[in-house]
Amino acid sequence: MNLFSLIGDFSTFFFRSLFMPWKIRTSKGRMLEQVYSIGIGSLPIIIIIAAFTGLVSTVQATYQMIGTVPRYIIGTTVGRMVLIELGPILTALMVSGRCASSMAAEIGTMRVTEQIDALEIMAIDPYRFLSLPRIVGTFISLPVLTIFAEFVALACGAVYAHYFLNIPFSVFSYGIIHFFSMRDFLGGLVKSLFFSIVIGASGCYFGFIVKGGAKEVGRAATYAVVTASILILVLDFLVAVVIFG
Amino acid sequence: MIEVKDLSKRFDDLVVLDNVSFTVGEARLVVILGPSGTGKTILLKSILGILPVDSGIVLFDGKSIQAAKENEIYDIRKHVGFVFQSTALFDSMNVCENIALPLVEHTRLSSRQVRDKVQEILEIVGMAGKESLYPGSLSGGMKRLVAVGRALALDPKYLFYDEPTTGLDPVMRDRIVQLIIDLKRDYKKSGIVVTHDLDTAEKVGDDIYLLKKGKISKLEQIKKEVYNG
Repeated sequence: MNLFSLIGDFSTFFFRSLFMPWKIRTSKGRMLEQVYSIGIGSLPIIIIIAAFTGLVSTVQATYQMIGTVPRYIIGTTVGRMVLIELGPILTALMVSGRCASSMAAEIGTMRVTEQIDALEIMAIDPYRFLSLPRIVGTFISLPVLTIFAEFVALACGAVYAHYFLNIPFSVFSYGIIHFFSMRDFLGGLVKSLFFSIVIGASGCYFGFIVKGGAKEVGRAATYAVVTASILILVLDFLVAVVIFG
Repeated sequence: MIEVKDLSKRFDDLVVLDNVSFTVGEARLVVILGPSGTGKTILLKSILGILPVDSGIVLFDGKSIQAAKENEIYDIRKHVGFVFQSTALFDSMNVCENIALPLVEHTRLSSRQVRDKVQEILEIVGMAGKESLYPGSLSGGMKRLVAVGRALALDPKYLFYDEPTTGLDPVMRDRIVQLIIDLKRDYKKSGIVVTHDLDTAEKVGDDIYLLKKGKISKLEQIKKEVYNG
């Protein structure tokens, strides 16, 4: 499959998955299940990643700027880095690694064991049954996880700055709050919304196109993560140009 | 009535179905007999529009599945239950949820009514009391019975069985065969059974066809020499 047919196929799949009757009565349970699985399920790993992101950002910002700028600028720098870039992108890459692969593997296994054929024969649209809840679940979960990750990162950065870098909480938080821009925060959230669609759609698409057996299922999981990660970075740049450029 | 007319399907140079035609009458079971790898499953999936065909049409009570729009195809499929050779049970759902799925998706029954209907179906297929088990903990034969149960959920007019007795021990095979016969006799379920098992074909079939090298031919009298030759 060449690049253009892949893009065409992917786009068709995406529209096929979202633009149809949602049948909320029967779909909402599966959507909530996905919100729980993606949102709550990813929380432990997101906390760990966010905590270390906040710590490293604070250490690096301090190393590069201490002595040359007022100390509250460390808070400003860490805050803006986390809100604009690190929070959304690291959360998205983590969720992509955890969830896109599992979606591709789960749907791919259903494909090779004829469970998707069974859905079609039972007159149940497999796109609505399998893709829609996962894409919607990611769309709801990822921005919430991103906000949570940003909070954890800033809190950890502030604690580290207070106890190890001689930058009190009040100074660090002054730097964050005084220079806080709603555009930074919302820009990060807009990014995470785009990322969520890419993660959900990649995971489901590569699962749906599996042909063969266990080897192809494994390959689909890899493709799903790699594609989602690349698209996340490309979208990160495009959204940054539009919002912050 | 299901009318299959001049169905043809090929994969590159390999002709799988070559102008296949037959009819499934009311309360009749048609058996498609043939060695493994002759395209029997492809025929079943082509009839239901799961696989596209190169030419030919299939009429379900006069409605062509090839000419139907997507929602019309789904309407037709609601009248067909399909028992896969692999059973294709949803491994993330237990027996009850597997059978209940079509009911939840296509009817407005309350959860109590769904539960009652599932119980009724489990009684029919002889799996009462197993509703909370997951497919992973069932034997091959039990999975096949649950798959029949799931196919019955919407009370379809037609039942398609893909190799229903393959890989089963003689006791379970007889149980499945008897179930197929009972469903036709007591519930007037028409359908198609594809199998490579002569014994099963003889027991369940009203009309028996041999599929070989893409061609289909009706067998008035089964003879092993014909099948093997």
